[in-house]
Amino acid sequence: MAETGAEQDSKGQALAARLWRNRWLLGAGLVAVLVAYSFAGASTLVLLLALALLVSAAMLPADAERQSADAAAAIEASGLQRLSGEYLAAAVADPLIILDHSATIVHANAAAFAAFGGLAPGMSLSLKFRAPEMQALLDGILSGQVAADAVDYTEKLPVERTYRVSASTVGHATGLYVLVFKDQSETRRIDRMRADFIANASHELRTPLASIAGFIETLRGPARNDPAARDQFLQIMQNQTGRMARLIDDLLSLSRLEMKPYLRPGTEVDLRQTIDSVIDSLGPLAAENGIVIERDFIDGSVSVPGDRDELFQVFENLLENACKYGQSGGRVTVSMARVEDGQDPGIDVTIRDYGPGIAEEHIPRITERFYRVDVENSRTHKGTGLGLSIVKHILTRHNARLSIKSEVGKGAAFTVHLPAR
Amino acid sequence: MQSVHTVSAYDEELKFLSKRIAAMGGHAERMVEQAVAALVNVDHGLAQKVIQDDVVLDEGQREIDDKAIVIIARRQPMATDLREIVGAIRISADIERVGDLGKNVAKRVASVDGRQPNRLFRGIEALANLALTQLKEVLDVYASRSVERIGFVRDRDDQIDAMYTSLFRELLTYMMEDPRNITPCTHLLFCAKNIERIGDHATNIAETIYYIVTGDQMPADRPKGDKTDKVVLPGAVPAK
Repeated sequence: MAETGAEQDSKGQALAARLWRNRWLLGAGLVAVLVAYSFAGASTLVLLLALALLVSAAMLPADAERQSADAAAAIEASGLQRLSGEYLAAAVADPLIILDHSATIVHANAAAFAAFGGLAPGMSLSLKFRAPEMQALLDGILSGQVAADAVDYTEKLPVERTYRVSASTVGHATGLYVLVFKDQSETRRIDRMRADFIANASHELRTPLASIAGFIETLRGPARNDPAARDQFLQIMQNQTGRMARLIDDLLSLSRLEMKPYLRPGTEVDLRQTIDSVIDSLGPLAAENGIVIERDFIDGSVSVPGDRDELFQVFENLLENACKYGQSGGRVTVSMARVEDGQDPGIDVTIRDYGPGIAEEHIPRITERFYRVDVENSRTHKGTGLGLSIVKHILTRHNARLSIKSEVGKGAAFTVHLPAR
Repeated sequence: MQSVHTVSAYDEELKFLSKRIAAMGGHAERMVEQAVAALVNVDHGLAQKVIQDDVVLDEGQREIDDKAIVIIARRQPMATDLREIVGAIRISADIERVGDLGKNVAKRVASVDGRQPNRLFRGIEALANLALTQLKEVLDVYASRSVERIGFVRDRDDQIDAMYTSLFRELLTYMMEDPRNITPCTHLLFCAKNIERIGDHATNIAETIYYIVTGDQMPADRPKGDKTDKVVLPGAVPAK
């Protein structure tokens, strides 16, 4: 019914358009008829007849050129109608999911697949998005109470992401609905980062600052005229400022990582070359600690998807730790192996030291910020308590895993598993 | 997903069950998340909200029980359908327990004041993150029915147990250092225990899902990494 009505409407519009296009011709005809009337004195009936003729002529379908223009417009309109929803969804950069009245996924675009793993057509959306506010949103839309709605949806794990989700019905009586996710994680994270940074920095900077303040006081008071003590104190103060500088560097790089933890790097990294350059750059430190670095690499080129600078930092931090804390072992082994079997093929890189090892109760927690197995030992080795925390963050971004095996007295092995895809 | 039955109302009823389970799961995830946030930030308002929210889960479990019984009585389900229904009853019971554990954490917020060392809370937070990841993955598997991912869930249970043992030890140390720490640390100890239990319930749910989808029980070699029964600090005399 509605369609026939629309058809009549469009016919009427076309007629009006034709009359408008022929307005000059009509005007001229009218003037000509009037002139003829006034000169020839024909009857009013003839005049009316001539007018009617003119108007109906103008109403006739236009000439060939106009006709083709009409046809083009028609094709264009039908092109929009024929446009597949799939193409349209693919052209949208935000995650977009089309669902039917029972909340079953009809189509999800590539962005949605990238953002939420484990989506498949035919899967129920209310099983996937279980947060109470999402359930309420879906219920509201599907029951037809509201035509369009939006909520803020936060996913906490594995990395925190916040979306503004808008849901709306598609067209008239198509029985389809669409969900569009607008990513707002960035703004949320910047706010959080600021608070976190201040809390961590103030807590960790207070200790060296207090020690410097104490030495300044001593230098101005009792040790004023004691050159030997002055030298010693200045040396300690220099160490403390160095520690503060390192701490700030680490905090900054951790905060930078936290700002974009789910950015999936799209480039390939040559792992062999990366690890080689890490070993080269840590050569002086290893020599200083009397450590020999041994390599045990697989043959052939090894490349994994990832960000080179970040992976460099991962292996640098791990190898640096091995050189510092495994000093008593005298050697560190860096090995690289391909893991083919299992659900998760990829590359395993293991950095093994033969030092004192890590007690079992500390292993699950050493990637926490500022968690130190031995505070004194960490300080003498210029540790900030953030190195492994940074490693863990980078690996989460790369979908990779860190596993730690260690026994007291037998050294420690840190294995990074990088997935092949 | 389920095959189509001649009576479409039957399909609808089965779908209702899984939808309700997912909603309950989402609610439980949120409760645990908020309970831990309330604990870490000493937020009494949020803790109260979590305590009140538990009603929703109790209600959900009762509803699923009723529906499941009605379906069994009316449709005489067989094979996958029967496992689906019995599984729903078991999973909803596990989720309801998760909610109770979350509620218990929230209740303890009042007894733990915010003057505890920061790193203690960090440990509890990290433990909660592990347990919540576990719960999320399990419920995701329930949605996608991809049981091949269930192996990961059991592995993670190991990590949770190891982390819990480490926290246990640390809390004991704080209590020995200063007797004034005993009250808050005991409460934190129970919070950690509750969170560890949440991981166990998630593993239970994983086993139920495996049974629903494959019809087989998961192999029984469930890893046991909780070693707190043997934790003794130097200086303390173990009871003989």
